[in-house]
Amino acid sequence: MFTKPIHTKLLLGFLFIAALFLPLYVPDSYMFQIVITSLLFAIATSSMNLILGYTGQASLAHGAFFGVGAYVVAIMTKAGWSFWIALPVSGLVATGIGFFIGLFAFRTRGHFFAIVTLCFGVILFQVAENWIEVTGGQNGIFGLDSATPIPFPFFGPIEFSSQPAQYYLVLAVLLLTLFVLHRVVYSIFGLTFMAIRNNEELADALGINTFATKMVSFAIANFIAAIAGGIYATILGAVSPSAISIMITFNFLIFLILGGMATLPGAVIGAFMIPIIMEFLQFMENYRMLFFGALLVVVIIWFPMGFFGGLKTINQKIIAWRQSNTSEDSNA
Amino acid sequence: MLKLEQVYTDIGELHIIHNVSLNIQKGEFVTLLGSNGAGKTTLFRTIAGVLKPAFGTVEFNGIAIDKLPVHKIVDLGIVLCPQGRQLFPELSVKKNLVMGAFSLRGQKSKIKKNLDRVYEHFPILKERSNQLAGTFSGGEQQMLAIGRALMSEPSMLLLDEPSMGLAPLIVKQIADVISNINHEMDTTIFLSEQNANMALNITERGYVLESGKCVLEGLCKDLKNDENVKRAYIGA
Repeated sequence: MFTKPIHTKLLLGFLFIAALFLPLYVPDSYMFQIVITSLLFAIATSSMNLILGYTGQASLAHGAFFGVGAYVVAIMTKAGWSFWIALPVSGLVATGIGFFIGLFAFRTRGHFFAIVTLCFGVILFQVAENWIEVTGGQNGIFGLDSATPIPFPFFGPIEFSSQPAQYYLVLAVLLLTLFVLHRVVYSIFGLTFMAIRNNEELADALGINTFATKMVSFAIANFIAAIAGGIYATILGAVSPSAISIMITFNFLIFLILGGMATLPGAVIGAFMIPIIMEFLQFMENYRMLFFGALLVVVIIWFPMGFFGGLKTINQKIIAWRQSNTSEDSNA
Repeated sequence: MLKLEQVYTDIGELHIIHNVSLNIQKGEFVTLLGSNGAGKTTLFRTIAGVLKPAFGTVEFNGIAIDKLPVHKIVDLGIVLCPQGRQLFPELSVKKNLVMGAFSLRGQKSKIKKNLDRVYEHFPILKERSNQLAGTFSGGEQQMLAIGRALMSEPSMLLLDEPSMGLAPLIVKQIADVISNINHEMDTTIFLSEQNANMALNITERGYVLESGKCVLEGLCKDLKNDENVKRAYIGA
C-alpha cells in the first residue's frame, strides 16, 4: 500500500554495494574496529528506535538489555556452548527479563515510564557488578573465543577471527535487523505502534490493545538489543560492567536523536556517523562532549526529528505541494 | 440494539452519571443533548468501554458489554469518534484512515472498499491522502475523524460533539454528511451535541442529559417545542 520511489531504491542499492566492498577501502585496522562497533551500535540503536521512536515509549533500560546479551553470550561460551546457540539464547533471556520489567513499567506512561525503566537498567547494572561468581564483578569476563566457525562444504569452515569476517557477520545481522524492522514498521502492526505514540487514548478507542502492543514492541526491541550485545562480546573478546552501564543507553539515545527518531535510516546514520566524528575530534580530547552538547541542543530545538527526520519533512512538504498543484490543475 | 439500564459511572471520587437508562433501535438516528459538564462524554466513554460503569448494565445486540475490554467492543461494531477531533497528527491522512480499520486487519479488500467509500463521502480526504493529519484545519480534521470511525464498518457510531469549535458553514456540511451516513449506509448513529438546533433538525429522537441524569426524552419535533429545551439549548 505504501511503496518507495525509484530514486530511493537506487540509493539503497548503491549504499549496499558500497557496504559490501568496504573492507577494501578502510584505511587501517583501528578504523575498521570503529566501523564494526558502529555497525553493532546501529543494530542496537535501530531496535531502540522501535520502542522509543515508533512506539513513543522512552525505554532507558535499552543499554541494559544490550549488556544482558553480552553477558549471556560471554557466560555461555565460557561454559563451552557454541556461540550460535548462545546468541539466540541471549536474545530470549533479554526478552524474558523485558517481559517481567514491562509488566510493571507499562502501568506507567510518559516520563514515569522512562524513570521506571531507568531504575530497572540501574538494577541490572548493579547485578552485573556485584554477582561476582557469575559475572566476574568489576573485572567482567575476558578471554572469550571469537564466534565458533561454521563448517561449510568445499571451502572449509568460515572463521570469525579476522576483521573482514567479523564485519560481514555484523553487516549481515544489521541488514537482517533492518529487514525485520522494515517489515514490522510498514505493516498494520507497525502502524499501531505509531498510533500509540501519537495518541494512546485514541488508539485504545479504535480497538487496539495498547498494553499488549507495547509489550510486543518492547520484546522485539530487547531481543535485537541483546543480539547486538552478544556479538559485541564475542568481537571484543571480553565483557565488563561498562557494557551494561547507563552510558550505553545514553549513547544510543544520542545516536537516535541526532540521526532521526522514528525513521529506519536515522538510527543507522546516527550510530554510524557519531563514533566516526568522535574519532576525528580526538584532538579536542574531553572537550568533544562540549561539541556534542551544543549539537544536541541545536538539533532538539530546530530539528526535533534529527538529521534524517529533517530530510523527511522537506520531502513531505514537496509531496503535499505537488499534490495541491495537481488537484488545482484538475479543478481548472 | 443498544440498551443501557440504570447506569452509574464514577470518575475517581466524582459521580458523573446517575441512573441513565436508554434504548436505541437498529438504524435509528438519535441525539444526546446536554450543556457543558452534563456528562455526555462520560456516558459515551462508558458505552464504548473506555470507562466502566460502577453500577448498571450496557447491552449491545443482547450481549452485555459493560465488562468487556475496548477492543472487543470495537470488534462487536461500536465505534466511538471521540470529542475534540482526536487524530494521529504525525501520520498521513491515509494511515489515519487505515488505522481506523484496525479491527478488520488482514482483510485487505474490505479495507480498500471502505477507504473508497470514505473518500466518496469526503473527497477532500482523497485529495490530501498523503498530507499529515496534524496540518489539517478544524473542519477537515473533524471529517477525517468521522471518516476514520467509518473505516471499520461500525453498526453503531458514537459521535461525540462533532460540531465543537467549528464555523456554522462547516457544521452544516458535517451535519449533511452524518445524515447521509445514517440513511445510505444504514449505520445507527448516536450523536452528542450542545448545538441543539443542528442536532434536532437532523435526528429523529433525542435524550436530554442534565448533571448526569436523563431528564427528558422524546421525538425531535416534540423536543423542539419543549419549553425547557427551547430555553436551555435553542435560546428562543
